[in-house]
Amino acid sequence: MSKPERQAPPAPLEYLRRWPIRAWLAVVAVFLYAPLITLMAFSFNNSRRNIVWRGFTLDYYVQVFQDQGLLTAFGNSLVIAAVSTVASVILGALTALTLWRFKFPGKPALEGALALPIVVPEICMGVAMLVFFTQVIPWPTSLAWPLNLGSIIISHISFSFSFVAIVIRARLASFNRELEEAAKDLGAGEWRILRDILVPHMWPGLLAGALLAFTLSLDDFVITFFTSGPDTTTFPVKVYSMVRFSVTPEVNAASTLLIIITVVLTAIALRLQGADVAKDAAGVA
Amino acid sequence: MEENWKRAKAVFAAMAGPPVFWLAAFFLVPLGIIWAYSFGENSSLTEIAINGTFANYVHAIQPLYLGIIVKSFWFAALTTALCLVVGFPVAIAITFAPEKTKAWLLLLIMLPFWTNLLIRTYALMAVLRTEGYINFALAFLWNSLGHLTAAFGHPLAAFTPLELLHNNFAVVFGLVYVQLPFMVLPLYAALDRLDRSLLEASLDLGAGHFTTFRRVVIPLATPGIISGIIVTLIPSVGAYLTPDLLGGPESLMIANVIERQFKTANNWPFGSALSFLLMYMTFIAIAVQAMVARNRRGAAR
Amino acid sequence: MTAKTIISFENVTKRFGKVVAVDDVSLSICEGEFFALLGPSGCGKTTLLRMLAGFETPSEGRILIDGEDVSRTPPNKRPVNMVFQSYAVFPHMSVADNVGYGLMVDGVLPAERSRRVEEALALVKLEGYGGRKPDQMSGGQRQRVALARALVKRPRVLLLDEPLSALDAKLREQMRSELSQLQEKVGVTFLFVTHDQDEALAMASRCAVMNRGLLQQVATPSDLYEFPNSRFVADFIGSVNLFEGRFEVDEADHAVVRAPELSTPVYLDHGVTGGRDATVWVALRPEKIELHKRGDGQGAPALGDAPDGHNVVPGVIRHISYLGSESVYEVELDQGRRVRTLRTNLTRRDQEDFTWDEPVWLAWHACSPAVLLS
Repeated sequence: MSKPERQAPPAPLEYLRRWPIRAWLAVVAVFLYAPLITLMAFSFNNSRRNIVWRGFTLDYYVQVFQDQGLLTAFGNSLVIAAVSTVASVILGALTALTLWRFKFPGKPALEGALALPIVVPEICMGVAMLVFFTQVIPWPTSLAWPLNLGSIIISHISFSFSFVAIVIRARLASFNRELEEAAKDLGAGEWRILRDILVPHMWPGLLAGALLAFTLSLDDFVITFFTSGPDTTTFPVKVYSMVRFSVTPEVNAASTLLIIITVVLTAIALRLQGADVAKDAAGVA
Repeated sequence: MEENWKRAKAVFAAMAGPPVFWLAAFFLVPLGIIWAYSFGENSSLTEIAINGTFANYVHAIQPLYLGIIVKSFWFAALTTALCLVVGFPVAIAITFAPEKTKAWLLLLIMLPFWTNLLIRTYALMAVLRTEGYINFALAFLWNSLGHLTAAFGHPLAAFTPLELLHNNFAVVFGLVYVQLPFMVLPLYAALDRLDRSLLEASLDLGAGHFTTFRRVVIPLATPGIISGIIVTLIPSVGAYLTPDLLGGPESLMIANVIERQFKTANNWPFGSALSFLLMYMTFIAIAVQAMVARNRRGAAR
Repeated sequence: MTAKTIISFENVTKRFGKVVAVDDVSLSICEGEFFALLGPSGCGKTTLLRMLAGFETPSEGRILIDGEDVSRTPPNKRPVNMVFQSYAVFPHMSVADNVGYGLMVDGVLPAERSRRVEEALALVKLEGYGGRKPDQMSGGQRQRVALARALVKRPRVLLLDEPLSALDAKLREQMRSELSQLQEKVGVTFLFVTHDQDEALAMASRCAVMNRGLLQQVATPSDLYEFPNSRFVADFIGSVNLFEGRFEVDEADHAVVRAPELSTPVYLDHGVTGGRDATVWVALRPEKIELHKRGDGQGAPALGDAPDGHNVVPGVIRHISYLGSESVYEVELDQGRRVRTLRTNLTRRDQEDFTWDEPVWLAWHACSPAVLLS
């Protein structure tokens, strides 16, 4: 009685207030999160058998930080992700601006080609890159770090920048061209308009694109699997080689670290630009 | 109003040049090489002669490989259907949630989508394996039951763990787990665009919720449903990691066969042909989607 | 006119592909005018404005500002500034940064800049709003920001694209008078585009009416209303009854037109040049037609300025719209033609004078109708 609104029956379209929908959501949430949460929880479990809770420990994290191979792979992954993010954002922004601003013959062809890296199955792209970097431009593996990562970085840029271009293009579509005209009317030239008006508008898109490119790169296993050599493993490739043998707490610990990095990155992006970024990033899927 | 490229040729070249070059050199060329290889054969251990043969494609439709292709599709179709059934109510819940809850629910769906695929697959391994959490929980229940029945003088047999991992079930379960967010997001996007008053009109005219969904929501959300199906189906058909880690010997999918041709069997031309079969099927799926979308737009006019 | 011409369009034509948006328009606008470009949507008025701002280049003809050909000058180099229909207030800048943007681009030093920004904000009654972000402001306030932003650059001409269309009715009314006052205060020539005739009549000192890319008439608001030069203008500005007819008499000091839909000829107290043997149209504004009782055999009223048997026709009231300050009567004539007349409700009982299906006389003065040749 104290909260009469609580007792009001759900309005026709308030589906979230109906119990079957709520139950369904709960089941889906458990389905999506239970494996990940148990994985993270058991990285702190003081037991190799990994099943029964035997007390809290950070031993496995210590082991991860002492595992030279894992650390190198992790460093490789970060460098690859950073470089390919920067390049993808630049290429993606250029693509988006070109498609947004110009009318030119071959525009549909470019749009189609741009969609290819998104729709082509990863495995196909992986083997194509494998052949390309063994037959056409064999990438010298003896190069100094991080140049020896070049072939992986190039492959990552190739599949990320289309995603970035689409995110930024979607953002540009909501640009009110009168803003550009207003700036021009007030005396601004090409460069000023880009700097003062367009880039600020694109900003959430650039950020969402960067986040996407970074995650895609950090996340990628299949394509990297085909382009990496013995000295150029990335974190997922390394984890894969460990996972193939067994489920161990060290892998749990390493995975937990990666999950935390992803969550933190997402949180930062959301914090920086609020809903815009989430919306732009959701627009991809 | 788009500007004609001729009015600012230098700017156009500076803007379009780098991405076009990149796309051509580091994407189209590699794919082109694979495509050429698919019409070639190994002439020596390291040389491949491109001689226009269709032998690789013929090889690919032999029963052994055809079976794997069909199975890949069957797994992908099953995955897509399950994702649709599981995802639709979720998309509806998100669409009609209050603004603030909506953001949280979207995050709930998106967060796994941002999490590393390998890690998510690995997490499932830990859940499903014979020493995994499910079997552990079942064993616990069984043993408790055993104690209970033993007290009444009927001890149960020892618990035999269920084989949940390294079989076809695990592959489909894993694919659904991995692909669910890909289905929910386009469904949500389509439902969110839907004019709410259309639903209210249907309810107002006396239709129930079920009828409203069948006659109003689903027809209008069809483009979203189709794009959800496509974005779930295509990656599922070409999935590599899930069958590799969760599947058993009998759960090989196309991607695993392709990988073997390149990494162990060293039959690149055949691997290339398989890759391109996969690509052709992808393109057909997308073309079908585009045609459906165009027809609908045409009909709407 | 003694005023100095500030803008001239000389035979300006603009084509988009095959579509002719602006067709051979020549027009001069004088210093200090509050000039309206009026017309239905798609008539070319916005294109004309955008050509003046520099966002479109004319396909043919020249545009002069202060006697200088600016047809090929880019917008950022023209001495005109614009208030956009969407206001185009930069969402990521504060109000002060928005207003100061044009000055910053011109390299005006910060101290001078902030002084002029304050001044401009005061001008549009937004003192103290400099630190706000556009999304914290109402539509009306955003429009003021856009006004200040354009005016702060001291343009030779301020261009306004449908300035009031995005505001609600009450605010629109208020902004009309504010814009007029603002223009008087700053003395800058204002050129605005609108599809709303009330807006044009209320604010403008002179209007140009456009239709299908062609300039139809350029005149003061009252001349446009009282002396339209075509059926289009007569019909577009306000409400009008049009009757097709031919001249029976056309002398220097009077004329008579016979219109088949009217049972009596129309007598005019002035001659008309041209159209002697062609079809002409008599335009009668609803408020210029008087209603008189006809029931119980009441005879035709005599207005005294036309010969008997002219300018009076019988009819029956078929529809009444009571609008408060006035009532609109639809009267059916014997020939079946319906005519709109308007009567101001001078007293609280006036609307009771006439009722549905009542026989009436319609009468008008010899100086009321306009004769249109096209």
